[in-house]
Amino acid sequence: MNKWEDNRAWFLVLPVFLVVAFSAILPLMTVVNYSIQDIFGPGERVFVGLEWFREVLADVRLHEALMRQFLFSALVLLIEIPLGIGIALLMPKKGWGASLSLVLMALPLLIPWNVIGTIWIVFTRPDIGLLGSLINGMGIPFDHTASPIQAWITLMLMEVWHWTPLVVLLAYAGLRAIPEAYFQAAKIDGASAWAVFRYIQLPKMRGVLTIAILLRFMDSFLIYAEPFVLTGGGPGNTTTFLSIYLVKIAVGQFDLGPAAAFSLIYFLIVLLLSWLFYQVLQNVGRGEA
Amino acid sequence: MAQINLNKIAHSYMKRPTGESDYALKLIDNIWEDGGAYALLGPSGCGKTTLLNIISGLLIPSKGRILFDGKDVTELPPEKRNIAQVFQFPVLYDTMSVFDNLAFPLRNRGFDETAVRERVLEIAQVLDLTQFLDKKAAGLAADAKQKISLGRGLVRRDVAAILFDEPLTVIDPNLKWQLRCKLKEIHEQLKLTFIYVTHDQVEALTFADKVVVMYGGEIVQIGTPQELFENPSHKFVGYFIGSPGMNFIPCKVDGNIAVIQDSRGVMLKNSTVAQSVGIPLGDSLADLASKSSGHLELGIRPLYLKVHTTEVNGGIKAKVKALQDHGNFRILTATLAGHTLKARLDEQDIKAAEYVWLEFPPDWIRLFARERLLK
Repeated sequence: MNKWEDNRAWFLVLPVFLVVAFSAILPLMTVVNYSIQDIFGPGERVFVGLEWFREVLADVRLHEALMRQFLFSALVLLIEIPLGIGIALLMPKKGWGASLSLVLMALPLLIPWNVIGTIWIVFTRPDIGLLGSLINGMGIPFDHTASPIQAWITLMLMEVWHWTPLVVLLAYAGLRAIPEAYFQAAKIDGASAWAVFRYIQLPKMRGVLTIAILLRFMDSFLIYAEPFVLTGGGPGNTTTFLSIYLVKIAVGQFDLGPAAAFSLIYFLIVLLLSWLFYQVLQNVGRGEA
Repeated sequence: MAQINLNKIAHSYMKRPTGESDYALKLIDNIWEDGGAYALLGPSGCGKTTLLNIISGLLIPSKGRILFDGKDVTELPPEKRNIAQVFQFPVLYDTMSVFDNLAFPLRNRGFDETAVRERVLEIAQVLDLTQFLDKKAAGLAADAKQKISLGRGLVRRDVAAILFDEPLTVIDPNLKWQLRCKLKEIHEQLKLTFIYVTHDQVEALTFADKVVVMYGGEIVQIGTPQELFENPSHKFVGYFIGSPGMNFIPCKVDGNIAVIQDSRGVMLKNSTVAQSVGIPLGDSLADLASKSSGHLELGIRPLYLKVHTTEVNGGIKAKVKALQDHGNFRILTATLAGHTLKARLDEQDIKAAEYVWLEFPPDWIRLFARERLLK
């Protein structure tokens, strides 16, 4: 092998490199570029250093949006992960019941995200919506466009309905992968159903649950389409999450500099938290296994 | 500890079995003695795992009863039968330490912690696991893991029998031997009933006092390794036990002579191809043969077939097909009247030749009718 032949490998990597460059690196560099300049129009820009970062970090509305975002993601994980595991444990193991429940579980995942929002708008409308009118009919006033609490409840319901199936499918796959001998051994050892879950099923699902937690955290932290369609960030700002606020700055107010600075901070937060989650879950694994 | 009585057991995995072929286990009717070391030997699909699962209670047989020490346990689940099982691959509670793994069956049965501790330490001693007690079970080597699986059965004093389902499959070859010796040692120490399922005859023959050979859903023979080797009661046992398996040649018995029929359908008595194809039999065997009807087959172990490179009195000329070296012995393949025979040669002085003379010692000739040993 001469040197030229070794270097030929780079030609093979080049197409991928170009795709990644145009799809990820260049846009990211553009954002970095925007975040340190004040842009008045085409060709008119002034270097402002860290001005936008300072402005964004001091923005009270952003702090509030961040807190809301944390609360939302925490609720999502706390509800969807246990619920998903629970449903997966209850699902039939074989026969037509297994196929049927898998199809039912997959249905919400097949609907486009903005359609989900639209479905739920109609579903929860106080006047004609099946759910909304039913609740109002029972004498409980319900209108998610007026009450922040009800807006949150509706949003959580929609989110749980939409994404718990993903956790279910992952957990179900994890459970099915456990060899039958483990359950037989547990039976012989006289283990209770709880002990089977705690010492066999849960440890064996560790891998898929790590994936489920990471996916659900990242997705919920970046949520945009559903609350945008359902509540538009309201009532007031009570369901304005980070990405909704970001779009308001960038597209609504056309403040490209602060929006770019915000994007970078947002990106770093997601990256950092995902890494933290991964490390923690890996260490739980190591400690246990 | 218990005596296990398999009373006319049959099992089918189908809901409505019709013919005999629907049964994975045809008819098992046996009593296995308390404290015995039994090996269930047979090829894949012969029903040995089904039988094991019936004994452990994971399966309820379609027909028949199973009794432990005279008590009917047919419908009882595994945890009520006081049996323990070691599976093909180590089944451990990964998140627990070795100590907790061993303590698990006792804690589940509500023993107090001092009793648990005492018993676990005792069993860890027996299994040479004391040094690992504080370690996580998941980090250990396969043989240690398999010992832990076994230990979870041994900690229970009331255990009736320990079932092994091909437990050495995932163990390295050099450790297999060690672990097998350990199992034998534990059996002698604790005098428990051990039932060991395997398709490896070496494992079965070295581990067990009694080997139960299964074939096609039936038990074809139960016996000591020596009995299986010398007097296989079924052609399958002759073929399955021993390496290579027993030689079988169709024959007809004429007085004290077994006449070998050529596979091409021509009788070759005193023909020029072989010097003689009449094989002399012992008196008792000739007597047995005269009482039986139908096709007979002559069987002889390759170990007992005598091979000569020069013509000898009573030797039958056979054409050499191959001579394989297996290290400390060689396998000679020869054809005699169109039938292939194998002989095991321990001496090294036989060189490759075109013809050899085979001698059939009458003491080691067995006759089979309809696949069963004449006796």
